[in-house]
Amino acid sequence: MSILVDKSTRVIVQGLTGREGTFHAKACAEYGTKIVGGVTPGKGGTTHEGWPIFNTVQEGVDKTGADASVIFVPPPFAADAIMEAADAELELIVCITEGIPTLDMVRAWEYLQNRRSRLIGPNCPGIISPGKCKIGIMPARIHLEGSVGIVSRSGTLTYEAVYQLTTRGIGQSTAIGIGGDPIIGTNFVDALELFNKDPQTEVVVMIGEIGGNAEETAAEYVKSRMKKPVVGFIAGQTAPPGRRMGHAGAIISGGKGTAAEKIKAMESAGIRVAKSPAEIGETVVSAIGVAAKA
Amino acid sequence: MKIHEYQAKAILTKYGVAVPRGEMAETREQAEAAAKRLFDAGASGVVIKAQIHAGGRGKGGGVKIAKSVDEAADLASKILGMTLVTHQTGPEGRVVRRLLIEETLPIEKELYLGIVIDRVEARPVFMASAAGGMEIEQVAAEKPDAIFKEYIEPGMGLEAFQARKLAFQLGLKPAQIHEAARLMTGLFRAFQETDSSLMEINPFVSCTDGRLFALDAKINFDDNALFRHSDLRDLRDITEEDPLEVEASKYSLNYIKLDGNVGCMVNGAGLAMATMDIIQYAGGMPANFLDVGGGANSEQVTHAFEILLSDKNVKAVLINIFGGILRVDTLATGVVEAAQKTHIQLPIVLRLEGTNVEAGREILKQSGLNFIVADTMKDAAEKVVAAAAA
Repeated sequence: MSILVDKSTRVIVQGLTGREGTFHAKACAEYGTKIVGGVTPGKGGTTHEGWPIFNTVQEGVDKTGADASVIFVPPPFAADAIMEAADAELELIVCITEGIPTLDMVRAWEYLQNRRSRLIGPNCPGIISPGKCKIGIMPARIHLEGSVGIVSRSGTLTYEAVYQLTTRGIGQSTAIGIGGDPIIGTNFVDALELFNKDPQTEVVVMIGEIGGNAEETAAEYVKSRMKKPVVGFIAGQTAPPGRRMGHAGAIISGGKGTAAEKIKAMESAGIRVAKSPAEIGETVVSAIGVAAKA
Repeated sequence: MKIHEYQAKAILTKYGVAVPRGEMAETREQAEAAAKRLFDAGASGVVIKAQIHAGGRGKGGGVKIAKSVDEAADLASKILGMTLVTHQTGPEGRVVRRLLIEETLPIEKELYLGIVIDRVEARPVFMASAAGGMEIEQVAAEKPDAIFKEYIEPGMGLEAFQARKLAFQLGLKPAQIHEAARLMTGLFRAFQETDSSLMEINPFVSCTDGRLFALDAKINFDDNALFRHSDLRDLRDITEEDPLEVEASKYSLNYIKLDGNVGCMVNGAGLAMATMDIIQYAGGMPANFLDVGGGANSEQVTHAFEILLSDKNVKAVLINIFGGILRVDTLATGVVEAAQKTHIQLPIVLRLEGTNVEAGREILKQSGLNFIVADTMKDAAEKVVAAAAA
């Protein structure tokens, strides 16, 4: 098992004919992901790198049986692409695009309510279940199949955590980057619930950062419902207040959303928080020891 | 993107939000002429307000009231050019280059109006409070019940009934309710149509004669939406920003200057923050936050490098790259080009992982340049802190 994606997932790429779309679709396919086609309005009926291109997501779904989509569409059109994928009733939509206007995401988020699609992202690296399926831009070779679930607001910091685990011989069940934007489709609690139910996952790593209060909400969930050990890290312990640290959602505003507050909430929920980003791997090792005894 | 109060008020006026009569002035003469026009039009006094991108201007001495044209001119010449220090500027303060000269009003009550995006509800929230003049964060912490909220349905506006509800909750008089509601719905339209991320009217004032005004106005725009607002992009005042940050923004680089001596270049915001954290953990202080982003090309990397090095406090540089979209070979090419071009003398510690890492390492090796290569983040942080201290 793993969460959300596995060997049977059939993926359509929105924005396949673009430079990034092409590069990463190929990398996903090389990993073994079933990439079944692409969508580029106006290029329907052509092929690109051997994949059929469709004018609409619905047409792509009808012709290929896709159940997931990954979006590499530029920011001005990405919220629209999310809604189109939801309209075609794809189970999973992974939006990689960074820089979507917040008010566009407000509309897309609303559109997703009461529809069957789950959105991951935007502004995220995607999702990977090592050995099974990769939908995103993460470097595949650092991953190893195993029992640690990872959920993170940051892309490259997720790679860092994965790398620290793999170099210690510890594999991952699924790693999800939920994205660095203020409005995202899948949050920490959603991911923790899925990992809680997944028999393959034994320990979960949760990587947060400054801004908002998603980590605090997740800590409450861990305290009351989580049956597996959780390891955490919060980036931005030295970030100045009032400044947007790269991610649209990473800002301490009005004294709220600091790393200190988040670490406190997580520790009081029993989450083992690594103080230094270099200690994430070691902290997982100690948590696995605890899980094995339990 | 932040804008000045006078610019925010010009936008609000277009949406029917009443603001005091006033003019922007950049010289004593302009201020004097503006004050004269206001007194001639019947103002009983004028207020001279320093225009900087920071709050707390009154307490810092940047807001003064004048009862005559001469007094206004004198105050204007004192405030223009002063370095205004407030709790939001940091100890270095900001130089005042522009003023807003406005009529004074017979204020009876100071209220608060604000609009932000609520991240949990994923929609805008319109906030109102009778505790105007105070910072809303303080009100939220001390008396959360004193903040009234109305959530905006995505794709819709602040509806009239919502605005009336807020107006009644603010304790406005029955005769003021419709005007208040008109003003609030106008404010929300301005928020929506300009793709703002924050709007604050603090204070929103009720006058003794019943009139309502936005006495102050703060607007931040969503940077990600500026592509569709060329008119708003023109409102940017780069004199309010750090010169290196302005330079970085030309190349779409996320750079924030800090006080330490370890320059860092990282891809990805989370890893960049974590790199700052670990530098401090290793006993050093980061000189900057620099996220070269996911899709950086070698030209951007070269520019990033130049910006990093033009901070004279930097004694050593840490490059920490975990390549996903940004391929390590692209980064390596940029670093080598930049190092050759700038004849860099500073120690550079590199920690590279991810897509095309072998090709990237090969490029560095072939360059013949003297880089310090680190294996892990911890190793990299320790090496760069030691190099900066040497």
